[in-house]
Amino acid sequence: MTTHPAPEAVDMSEAFVHGAAKVVPPPTLEVRDLSHTFERGTANEVRALSDVNLTLAPGDFVTVVGMNGSGKSTLLNAVAGAFLPDSGQILLDGEDVTRQGEFRRACHVGRVFQDPLKGTAPNLTVAENLSLALDRTRNPFVLRWALTGSRRAELRERVRTLQLGLEDRLDTRIGMLSGGERQALTLLMATLVKPSLLLLDEHTAALDPRSVEQVVKLTERVVSSQRLTTLMVTHSMHQAVQLGDRVLMMHRGRVVREIRGREKQQLRVENLLATFDQLRSMELLDESAADMLRRLYV
Amino acid sequence: MNLLFGALSMGLVLSLLGLGVYISYRILDTFDLTVDGSFAFGAVIAGVLLTRGLASFWASAAGFLAGMVAGAISGAVHRRLGVSRLLSGLLVATALYSLDLLIMGGGDISLASTRTLPTQAFDLWLRFGGPESGARIFGIEVSARTLATFLSMLPAVGTAVFLVDRFFRTSLGLAMRATGDNAQMARSVGIDDARVFIAGLAVSNGLVGLSGALFAQYQGFVTIQMSVGMLVMGLAAVAIAEGVLRGRSLGARIAGVVGGSIVLRLVVALALAAGLPANTLKLVTAALMLAVLVVPDMIRRRRLTPVTG
Repeated sequence: MTTHPAPEAVDMSEAFVHGAAKVVPPPTLEVRDLSHTFERGTANEVRALSDVNLTLAPGDFVTVVGMNGSGKSTLLNAVAGAFLPDSGQILLDGEDVTRQGEFRRACHVGRVFQDPLKGTAPNLTVAENLSLALDRTRNPFVLRWALTGSRRAELRERVRTLQLGLEDRLDTRIGMLSGGERQALTLLMATLVKPSLLLLDEHTAALDPRSVEQVVKLTERVVSSQRLTTLMVTHSMHQAVQLGDRVLMMHRGRVVREIRGREKQQLRVENLLATFDQLRSMELLDESAADMLRRLYV
Repeated sequence: MNLLFGALSMGLVLSLLGLGVYISYRILDTFDLTVDGSFAFGAVIAGVLLTRGLASFWASAAGFLAGMVAGAISGAVHRRLGVSRLLSGLLVATALYSLDLLIMGGGDISLASTRTLPTQAFDLWLRFGGPESGARIFGIEVSARTLATFLSMLPAVGTAVFLVDRFFRTSLGLAMRATGDNAQMARSVGIDDARVFIAGLAVSNGLVGLSGALFAQYQGFVTIQMSVGMLVMGLAAVAIAEGVLRGRSLGARIAGVVGGSIVLRLVVALALAAGLPANTLKLVTAALMLAVLVVPDMIRRRRLTPVTG
């Protein structure tokens, strides 16, 4: 393994120097040297994440793109706490949560899945699902009524902001709703109590085109109105270009390219596609040449 | 009429078993074999405490607690130690069998000389001037003891069912329903699904234990035989409820399980009255269960068959 120059190290020492003068708020999310291999030691061994570093300051909206198997969803799952990574650290608001269980992290992390069926409980009503999301940070073992009149009124107002007419269907089993409606509700549930971090995992990939547009618009509105710190994985170059203020490109478990600032503002779908083509042709080269090219990008 | 009221009382008592099974099987979406063990365990704990002179209310409550402990252990063996859900229930039920024998100091105990809910109700009946011979309902004689038993079980079971219905409208009850319905969703709204699952099995088996405790008082004795085939009985009640009602509200489904349990006992009582030997009871239960599992679907399919030609 070749040693990389570590730009993060420079950034960090700078932050430290500034920190001595004024208090710098910790980044919302900090991923340090995260690595993970699935099915280690078997024929199916996959190095899903290699030394991934990532920092999201409060208010950042970062999109992650990459081909199938590039590790982008794995990165999101690691941040959500779905598995314990082999090495590296994950910090939320400056606190090391690497070993913290998924449900505990969920108090501060809102999440929308690719599968619209995953984020909601189908046999519970719309109101019941939302009520659980509203209690994100409360212990259910402290008994109280789940749905009071005032809560229903509060939830109705929040559902109204979706502009889907679902406020009149609070007592419908959520399983009766369409994928788009369920995904919109999952997004609402993820942000009902303002989360420190919002994770969107290809959340429009399983929807029909009309619903995609609806959910993308809603995402834009929710993220900007609450100034949410957001990490979004997407399969859609259009969305990567349209949304967010930074694009990360992942390939074979590594962050190979980061597009930010003016470059991000001027980014077009064609630029992204061209970069992907470069990556693909790199695949054909031998490992050392690929490594050299990769270093040019990092 | 005696038979009818007997079946009603027994149906009421076993409806708590049905509700317990409903919670694990439908709400938590698991298959909990602890049930056979916790039913007898609740009966044994209540029975032993009754023979020591404890009041029937507290003995019944102890039966509930005993079932809760059994369920919590079973849930913890599954979720904390990683033993499969079938094996964890089987393990606990098997262990309880020996524990029951140890606690009873034998295979059975009689409650004939203790003050159980039915005997207390009978005393009350006499004190308030009820005739010792019984009463006539729709012109048919019902013995005072049978009637008193029914009248004691009705409020006991009614209160328990009401509390179950209320419980599933609380934060914890809703968290349990979410956990069984979609564990991933539960985790992503911050619910500790393993802990909630264990608590759910505790509540489920608590009801089963209470059912056992009341059943022991109903029949006036405890026997180790009570640990055989109770899960199937509970499942049959759930199957009857679901064969008749589908996709209704939670309250309706809870009432349905109570109704299903009573229907099951009525069918069994009718089978007995028709002259079937008592040894065939499980056979009748199994046949009825098969019928309610299959027949509603067959009727529905026939309705949906397109008319051709």
